[in-house]
Amino acid sequence: MAACSSNSNMRREEQTEEKKKAREKSAKKRSKEEGDEGDEGEEIFSFKDKAAVDEEEDDDLSDSEDSVYSGLEDSGSDSDDEDDDDKDDNEEEEEEEDGSGNEDEEEDLKTETQQTGQTEQKKTTTMKKKKEGKEVTEEEKVNEYEHDSSDEEDIRNTVGNIPMEWYKDFPHIGYNLDGKKIYKPIRNKDELDEFLDKMENPEYWKTIHDKQTGRDIVLSDEQVDLVNRLQRGQFGDVNFNEYEPTVEFFTSDVMIHPVTNRPADKRSFIPSLIEKEKVSKMVHAIKMGWIKPRRVEDDSKGRYYDLWTGEDSSLVAKHKMHLPAPKIPLPSHQESYNPPPEYLFTDEERALWDQQDPSDRKLPFVPRKFSSLRQVPAFPRFIHERFERCLDLYLCPRQRKMRVNVNPEDLIPKLPKPKDLQPFPTTQSLVYRGHTGLIRSISVSPSGQWLASGSDDGSVRIWEVCSSRCMKTVQVGGAVKSISWNPNPAVCLLAVAVESVVLILSPSLGDKQVISATERLLSGQQEAETTEGEGPVSWIETEGEELNQGIHLKIQHAKAVQQVAWHAKGDYLASVMPDHSSHLQVLIHQLSRRRSQNPFRKNKGLVQCVSFHPIRPYFFVATQRCIRIYNLVKQEMTKKLQANSKWISSMDVHSSGDHVICGSYDCRLGWFDLDLSTKPYKMLRHHKKAVRGVAYHRSYPLFASASDDGSVIICHGTVYNDLLQNPLIVPVKVLKGHEITHDLGVLDVTFHPTQPWVFSSGADATVRLFT
Amino acid sequence: MGGLQKKKFERGSATNYITRNKARKKLQLSLPDFRRLCILKGIYPHEPKHKKKVNKGSTAPRTFYLVKDIRFLLHEPIVGKFRDYKVFVRKLKKAYAKTEYSDVERLKDNKPTYKLDHIIKERYPTFIDALRDIDDALCMCFLFSTFARTGKCHVQTIQLCRRLTVEWMNYVIASRSLKKVFLSIKGIYYQAEVMGQLITWLVPYQFSHDHPTDVDYRVMATFTELYTTLLGFVNFRLYHSLNLVYPPKVSFFVQKLSALSTSLARVFSSVEDEEAQLDQFPVEGEDMENMEAREKEQKQQETQTKLFEGLKFFLNREVPRESLAFIIRCFGGQVSWDKSVCIGSTYDATDETITHQIVDRPNIDKQYISRYYIQPQWVFDCVNAKILLPVEDYFMGVTLPPHLSPFVEEKEGDYVPPEKLKVMALQQGKKPEQEEEDEDEEDEEGEDEEEEDDNDDDEEDEEEEAEEKSLKKMEEQRSQGKSLQVKVTPGKVKVENPARLEQEQKAEEKRLAIMMMKKKEKYLYDKIMFGKKRKIREANKLAAKRKAYDDAEKAKKKKARK
Repeated sequence: MAACSSNSNMRREEQTEEKKKAREKSAKKRSKEEGDEGDEGEEIFSFKDKAAVDEEEDDDLSDSEDSVYSGLEDSGSDSDDEDDDDKDDNEEEEEEEDGSGNEDEEEDLKTETQQTGQTEQKKTTTMKKKKEGKEVTEEEKVNEYEHDSSDEEDIRNTVGNIPMEWYKDFPHIGYNLDGKKIYKPIRNKDELDEFLDKMENPEYWKTIHDKQTGRDIVLSDEQVDLVNRLQRGQFGDVNFNEYEPTVEFFTSDVMIHPVTNRPADKRSFIPSLIEKEKVSKMVHAIKMGWIKPRRVEDDSKGRYYDLWTGEDSSLVAKHKMHLPAPKIPLPSHQESYNPPPEYLFTDEERALWDQQDPSDRKLPFVPRKFSSLRQVPAFPRFIHERFERCLDLYLCPRQRKMRVNVNPEDLIPKLPKPKDLQPFPTTQSLVYRGHTGLIRSISVSPSGQWLASGSDDGSVRIWEVCSSRCMKTVQVGGAVKSISWNPNPAVCLLAVAVESVVLILSPSLGDKQVISATERLLSGQQEAETTEGEGPVSWIETEGEELNQGIHLKIQHAKAVQQVAWHAKGDYLASVMPDHSSHLQVLIHQLSRRRSQNPFRKNKGLVQCVSFHPIRPYFFVATQRCIRIYNLVKQEMTKKLQANSKWISSMDVHSSGDHVICGSYDCRLGWFDLDLSTKPYKMLRHHKKAVRGVAYHRSYPLFASASDDGSVIICHGTVYNDLLQNPLIVPVKVLKGHEITHDLGVLDVTFHPTQPWVFSSGADATVRLFT
Repeated sequence: MGGLQKKKFERGSATNYITRNKARKKLQLSLPDFRRLCILKGIYPHEPKHKKKVNKGSTAPRTFYLVKDIRFLLHEPIVGKFRDYKVFVRKLKKAYAKTEYSDVERLKDNKPTYKLDHIIKERYPTFIDALRDIDDALCMCFLFSTFARTGKCHVQTIQLCRRLTVEWMNYVIASRSLKKVFLSIKGIYYQAEVMGQLITWLVPYQFSHDHPTDVDYRVMATFTELYTTLLGFVNFRLYHSLNLVYPPKVSFFVQKLSALSTSLARVFSSVEDEEAQLDQFPVEGEDMENMEAREKEQKQQETQTKLFEGLKFFLNREVPRESLAFIIRCFGGQVSWDKSVCIGSTYDATDETITHQIVDRPNIDKQYISRYYIQPQWVFDCVNAKILLPVEDYFMGVTLPPHLSPFVEEKEGDYVPPEKLKVMALQQGKKPEQEEEDEDEEDEEGEDEEEEDDNDDDEEDEEEEAEEKSLKKMEEQRSQGKSLQVKVTPGKVKVENPARLEQEQKAEEKRLAIMMMKKKEKYLYDKIMFGKKRKIREANKLAAKRKAYDDAEKAKKKKARK
């Protein structure tokens, strides 16, 4: 309480104005309360005491008011309540204060009679306070200091609680209450004096040096006693009995009469309206379901029963789209804590595993080996894996996937055995060597005895088929693009395409009759030649050296000739000069009349190759993407075959004239059935690289394709006379022998006219015969 | 002419599917609630066959639900409970904010709860359905039962999971239905056959979990909610199928039951263990064979269930007690452990009748002669091999043989580890002792044999060389006599192996036929062949690895011997 009051004293000067108001207020309240309480008639305190109480209360109230102004609490009604509370508190405090105040007064060792007088005076002044202002406060200040000193050691020096060293250099040590200097004792004790004193003075042990006054004080016996008692933790007062019997505030005896004689209030007999209202509100809320009565705790969770008592199959029919979740795959040996050594990762595998993205890894963990079970640690991703499974179960879209469960052997088509389809060439039997450049074209004589080959080294060689002997070599002075033997067996003639010239060459081999017939054919036309003046080409008779070599005629073209093709009768000859921009790409020459003509007026694309129909007057022209068939008699196009390939390389017509095969640079071979459709009846993709040449056999149901991958594939293609039956195509043999040079393999392929033999020429400067 | 124009995406598959967001809006649920509902009701997205059609022409990645599924969710009473709960949370917040604590109390008392019984019945119309789907439930409950009270989930959930899993294990013990066990690096796999269904579950090793931060425990908790309900009902039914009391008595439940040392109380005390005998039907021919095979199988199963009968085990304190006790009791063995380890030990380590003591330490001070000291892997391997394996390989401190997965069934062409072959030989009745000796001898013999083989080869080579030399000499003699100018090299006789020729021809035929395959079929064929080849390659790789390892081991042994 003292501290509290001193606090209030400190603040007092600052807040005098406020305090006045507060005091007035509190006084009013007080008076009012007194008035209220007056009814009770409990006069516990004397008037004198009350004054003191008043003062204390003032302090308290001022505190609370202070808080009011600081804005911590608001609302007047609240403060009213608090006031009520305060009042109660104050009453308690008053009681305490009373007791303690008395004790204080008794205990104060240095009490002066004057002091009591002052306190009395103070009390009276407080009575006056309401009337007088500042004067009172000043008076109060002085009193306060004196009163305050009761608790502390007496203040004779007014310098306050400061380090006394500050007065070290002064003769005085401070000021007394009257403002006079307190001088230091004349002679200070030094160490020796101290020691002597200690040894000699019997009172030394209870002498205390008072720093503030600079005097020594000798404690009295009572004071020493008090110090001892306090040190032992006892009460300061000797007479205080701490074990006094308790005095009960209320008696435990039940008395028959009430303590007060006051009749009970009326309201204690009447049911409370407020309560009634509250109850009815609750009842209403319960009725409306706003408040639910406390639910009976049912231990339903964890209480199980036989759920599947009456299993009825009607429920079993779930909707058919239900897909049960797949189970987690069972662990393999790798997951063991002690797997066989082959399942552990090697260093490279481990490095690979580390590098891979987690989604790419084959195993989601690294197999590890532990020598005993106690060394196995916890799996760090256990919860993760469980969680991922949960996610899969409710988030992963499910789809029914039909798994193809097929035996791969069943997928292989059942074809007739190649053995049953014999004869066909199976082995390489002869190699014709002699050329030095790649051989672009070969051709077999209609008798089947001779083979002509044209090469990039600028020579045409004629071989005997059976002995592989080179019978004749003709230097033509340029790379031979194409060579073709006249199909007429009565003559022996070759057409050779060299740069922009087509040479008609008579090798003069074989029968005398045949040779003479050839000679006749070539010389007999000389008269007719004169009729032809100008044209797209010029026919030139050769002389001298060239004639000796066998070159009889030169047909000079405007552009480079790519291909030559004879008609089956052997009188007409077609030559191809591929050119994007011109309509002059194909020329048909008549050998007997030494006449040439251009059959097409329009350019329909880059012509790749041409062919005559073996029986009817049809003409096949292959451009890049398609093959056109022209009727030469009616002079119109009859059919256009879509090859379904990017770039046609070669073409051949079956001897019946109803089937066409064409090879293309995009590795395909297409078989067309002219009666069936303009689309290929079959596309074969047997080769790995571009197809360079294709050929039908004249009499056997065979065809061959040559490709850059160095192989010749012989297929059996039965053509039935019955139109309803489609040709059956069976690959029967893959022939290999040519070496691949400069990324080129086999360049041309052709069949022997009567035997089931096939010739192929390649970039390795050889011609090979397979029988 | 022609009536109304057909609008796109108004019929067909586009109307059968609904995106997730639309479904959510239709159900008027928040995403977490929708997720819970899907988990509880077992609704999952479907991948439509033509995604673009379903997605109304867009190719944006979306998840689709079946419209029928969502319509089915509309009438679910739990949806109402979800909404109630939302209201409850709102009220509670308000009451807290107003500091009306009596209201808070009252609200908390009336917290809305829901039961999942009807959902279980709906999702699993028959008991077998429920059993088929119990794998995940068991895994999850076993995981949750190992959680500590870390606040990742409710303590009640953990306790419930613990209780249910212990009940399950006791059922498996009582029915002796455990079939396979496997010690993996993730945990211990168990497989039991319950009512004809193979049920596999995984139990983590006994360690505290390092709870990851990127796992949504709410999802796991929702699953666990469903799974505990399911497992409870399944347990009830299973216990009743064995005439056991369910739930097992609560008083001793927590400790003694979880110790797995006591047998469960039966409803009728005097129930004889009737072994279901296969009835003999008069059958003929193939059926007869089948019948015999079945009988044999059953006999084998019986012997497996009595694998450890008559054996007395003692578990040292360092071995995983629960799993071992579980397994040993599943196969009829007696098991005990130190009193201080856990409640429920039935006999002491000093018992002289103990036949096997399971230890997992390099050595032990006091050893009894009357018992084997073996490592825990022996128990697991015995169960998988269905016979008592020789204990010598598993003695204390011995390097253990590899532990193989019993779940792998090798098909033809797959790689089979040699250990498995050994076990298979043992199963067929070879005497283990001999095997052991053989093996030791084999090591030596094998080396000898190899050497011998080498010698043989050398000899053959030498013989050939000698022949050639003599031939050459003869030729030289002859040629000297004639002194030919033209060099004649000896012609080689082409040995035609008819079998090989035929094989080659066949191979060529096949190659040619493959050329004629259609594109689609060829693609499929190539794919299948690729897969086959890869399998073979992997098997070969494993075999090569193993061989290298064995060679290295042998070399080491030789070195050590020298």
